[in-house]
Amino acid sequence: MTETALRSRYSRRLAFGLVMAAAMLLQLGSARAHAQELKVTIDNFTFSPVEVKVKVGDTVTWTNHDDIPHTVVSAGKFRSKTMDTDNTFSFTFTSAGDYKYFCSLHPHMTGMIKVE
Amino acid sequence: MSDHDHNHNDDERGPSRRKVLECMTWAGTGVLWTITGGVPHSLGLVESANAAEPAGMTFLQISDSHVGFDKPANPNALGTLEEAINKINAMPKKPSFMIHTGDITHLSKAAEFDNADRIISQAKLDVHYVPGEHDFLDEEIKFYKERYGKGTKGPGYYSFDANGVHFVGLVNVVDLKAGGLGNLGAEQLAWLADDLKGKSKSTPVVVFAHIPLWTVYPEWGWGTEDGGRALEMLKGFGSVTVLNGHIHQVMQKVEGAVTFHTARSTAFPQPAPGTAPSPGPMKVEDAKLRSMLGIASINFKQNDQKLAIIDTPLAG
Repeated sequence: MTETALRSRYSRRLAFGLVMAAAMLLQLGSARAHAQELKVTIDNFTFSPVEVKVKVGDTVTWTNHDDIPHTVVSAGKFRSKTMDTDNTFSFTFTSAGDYKYFCSLHPHMTGMIKVE
Repeated sequence: MSDHDHNHNDDERGPSRRKVLECMTWAGTGVLWTITGGVPHSLGLVESANAAEPAGMTFLQISDSHVGFDKPANPNALGTLEEAINKINAMPKKPSFMIHTGDITHLSKAAEFDNADRIISQAKLDVHYVPGEHDFLDEEIKFYKERYGKGTKGPGYYSFDANGVHFVGLVNVVDLKAGGLGNLGAEQLAWLADDLKGKSKSTPVVVFAHIPLWTVYPEWGWGTEDGGRALEMLKGFGSVTVLNGHIHQVMQKVEGAVTFHTARSTAFPQPAPGTAPSPGPMKVEDAKLRSMLGIASINFKQNDQKLAIIDTPLAG
């Protein structure tokens, strides 16, 4: 093997190693943000917990346990389809802020997701 | 007795307003209500009232069929709707027409609308509908409008005249605001003002909408945010009847010349305000269910301010 060939192989290995390291770092990065899955349930026309604090990147899943359909609507932010009994809706929060939401069928049902 | 569900809200706005109806004795299949100058009288049981064949125009109200509902509170909402229609077909005097105060379906599926229509059409009566919030759940919100929206304005409001009575169907189930109640909106209110303009104050008016136009129980959303503005426009009319559904139980009150009435559901009962953790479907013993579902028939006597509302459960 010539010196050039050896160097070339070395540099290829180095490059491969760097890519791997970067990938691991990326993984580590996203793991560090440890995106969480949080749950809100709907029972008796009430969101529970009524207020949830999450971090950017977290996902909230609503589950309707009532015998009556409900929706989850935050004006201009997210809007679920109609959730019949045991249906769910998930939303991943990508920016910080207060997300007030309500059920568009039963507007006295309100809740809040605080994203930091 | 299970049927003692009439509202006893007192009107606090002035002593000149007439007081609320008292609960009347329930027996058999129902009670005939008649109101003369705001004072209620009981004319007897439904059977004897039917036997007497009411004079004048009679129309029916059915509500909250929730076709497609199959939960424990009533696994067969289509079946109880059919029982209600059979009840109507068995009436000795055919009513002039029928109004349906919304929640025809449970989830606005095409098949639910089709099934509802297949059963309701067996009454062979003209039916005037207004939508409930359960009728606007399809993705494109088109099934209700395709079927019942012809000749209506906005999301489906309209008026018509029958036997000298002016009927107004309103929609208070769209554009609901977070934390709020039912909603008519500025556009519909402007249309209503225009619709009533020029009507003689002696014209009896019947207003019907899904959610009660009066505040029944705001904690459960049972009322209409701007319903008061509609009622304001009806002031001065000698006879106003407001018919609603949504709360799946009979409630009635009289305020001046205005009679408010909510009809039973044909699908499942809901609890009286504040008596349960939520307004969700109320599971009752199977034997009791049909005493809590039903229809209402309304009788107008021409040249007489008398108005009679008969609530008839599917079974006693």
